[in-house]
Amino acid sequence: MTLIKIDRQTWVDGIEKAKSAYRVFGPVKENNDHEFKLLAKGEMPDFNCQNTRMSPKAIIYPQSQIMFTYSLDESKDDCRIMKEVENATSPQVAVGVRPCDALAFPIVRRNFDSPEYQDTYWIKAYEATTFVGLACNAACSTCFCTSAGTGPFGETGLDILLVQDGDTLYAKTLTPKGEALAASAGWSSPAASDVSARLETLKTAAEASVTAAVSTDKLKDKVLLDLYEAPFWEEEAFSCINCGTCTYVCPTCWCFDVQDETHGKSGIRMRNWDSCMFPLFTHHASGHNPRHNNYERLRQRFMHKLKYYVDKYDSGIQCVGCGRCIRLCPVNIDIRRICDKMNSFDAKSCACDVASS
Amino acid sequence: MIEYTAKIKEIANRLLSEGKVEMVIGFRKGTVPMMNQPHYATSAASVNELIWDSNCAINLANYVTDKKGTIGIVAKGCDSRNLVTHIIENKIKREQLVIIGVPCTGMIDRHKISSMIGKDILAIDESGETITVSGAGFSEKIIKNDVLQENCASCAHRNPIIYDELIGDKVAEKTYVDPYASVRRVEAMTPGDKWKYIEELLAPCIRCYACRNACPLCYCPTCFVDESKPQWVGKSQDSIDVRTFHLLRAYHCAGRCTDCGACERVCPMSIKIREFTKKLNKDCQELYGWEAGLTLDQRPPLDSFKTDDPQEFIK
Repeated sequence: MTLIKIDRQTWVDGIEKAKSAYRVFGPVKENNDHEFKLLAKGEMPDFNCQNTRMSPKAIIYPQSQIMFTYSLDESKDDCRIMKEVENATSPQVAVGVRPCDALAFPIVRRNFDSPEYQDTYWIKAYEATTFVGLACNAACSTCFCTSAGTGPFGETGLDILLVQDGDTLYAKTLTPKGEALAASAGWSSPAASDVSARLETLKTAAEASVTAAVSTDKLKDKVLLDLYEAPFWEEEAFSCINCGTCTYVCPTCWCFDVQDETHGKSGIRMRNWDSCMFPLFTHHASGHNPRHNNYERLRQRFMHKLKYYVDKYDSGIQCVGCGRCIRLCPVNIDIRRICDKMNSFDAKSCACDVASS
Repeated sequence: MIEYTAKIKEIANRLLSEGKVEMVIGFRKGTVPMMNQPHYATSAASVNELIWDSNCAINLANYVTDKKGTIGIVAKGCDSRNLVTHIIENKIKREQLVIIGVPCTGMIDRHKISSMIGKDILAIDESGETITVSGAGFSEKIIKNDVLQENCASCAHRNPIIYDELIGDKVAEKTYVDPYASVRRVEAMTPGDKWKYIEELLAPCIRCYACRNACPLCYCPTCFVDESKPQWVGKSQDSIDVRTFHLLRAYHCAGRCTDCGACERVCPMSIKIREFTKKLNKDCQELYGWEAGLTLDQRPPLDSFKTDDPQEFIK
């Protein structure tokens, strides 16, 4: 680990230099909001934002992705043979990834890169990417990263962590990938010896600025079916309109649907983000839908993130506290409220309530 | 408008205790500023959560679709017009509803205020026509009229059309504001420019379907984009499929849309979805002299046939 000082001009020059070896993504302001985009020549990442509207997950896992092509032309030898599309991502950098979003990649990796199953599309893109984080000096009011496994200066999932101190950036290289990027960008001036202490002060202040929190300590010990059958789901789901906003803006939602599209005699097999909020997500070919009611779909989303994942991986919740779903839910379904309800749920007292009423 | 809260609670308690309704649908205070949450009350404790202010923009008619039993529902002008449409379209029976009418002075535009302030808003207070927005180290006063949702700024039906209880005195309707200025701009474009305009308008769409799901008109058991046997529309981000969804959805709303603005309010990508429905509202007004949701006594023009229906547009 090295601590590097980057002044304004070195930063701008370094990003341009990096573009000759990497495709560089960063937050850019579009209309009123910031989104991660591939930066054109001369275009700089704009750090004058907190969390981007959409998470950076699409850099690794695009909303629509072609996996195979096929032909239906009987006169061809390869008729009806699925051919994998060229699946190699050239080296790329995601600059300005907030620590919450950075933690999402190792979380999602548990699904896409497991001992039993390797998703070649996700893995190749992930391995080709260098993650350059940007520490948050102040949290948004909806941020609860410090109770979701990371913090405003969290390093998990990152190759470099940048810290902004006025006009100066400090870069902490965390992995060989990060060192390679720093070398390629020409960021090499060691920071003065007292900078570490300064960054600690910034970190402490940043952590203190996180005012929202969730309690997750009891989730693991809950009986799964007790939570599943808890009486609060229908009430909490009343306002839910079952749109896909929460799942699509979420950095850790990974579900997709596979679709074939044929045009004339050729076609593509692709995958598209899907959402457990949609009835079609679980619609069986028979016509039966095991999650027919809207509360069942809402329950699935929260049970997956806050119970099934917790039980399966024993590694915290499948949520990084970025707060996007809270800010963007059209009807104010708040994961903090649901998580606290789940964490404090007492099946016994509930059963007594029902019995006595 | 905030003084309505006490009155709403009083009526809700009365309706529930007299057994006139099984639940009262209204709003409760949200966990983040400018985001009240649709809420149902069945007990004194849940009635106590009911609230009214300028952040109650979600259309509550969406929450009574095909519901059984008797329901009290808080309804501002646009909600009441969608209740009329629901009754006409047999999605709820008039006798199931006790409509608690709210004369409305408009809802505030959370997208507009957020981009105007540009900082993390922690609290929002309103007093009469003044909105105070505050956060870490700032507090700004805004005139409510300057930050109304666009549909509210040109709303001509602020008072409920049908109601059983009225929460306060009727408010004066606004002097006419042309709701169709932007439609006229698009109408004047060349086909190429129109195409480009629509393409750019829809480019940010992520197909979350929040617009459709927040819309009281979109109650099809299976939306055409969700049909799988056969599948009518592709599922990717292909711009043709995205456009197909938005344009067909708009046409399904022709002659039914009350311009409540729910679609635009809920869009996480701030897409101006009303550009489509407004065009169809304008056509309905010009061709049939029709505005949706104003009467229970007349079938909407597009679900009835008359020999003197206009047909100049058929080419």
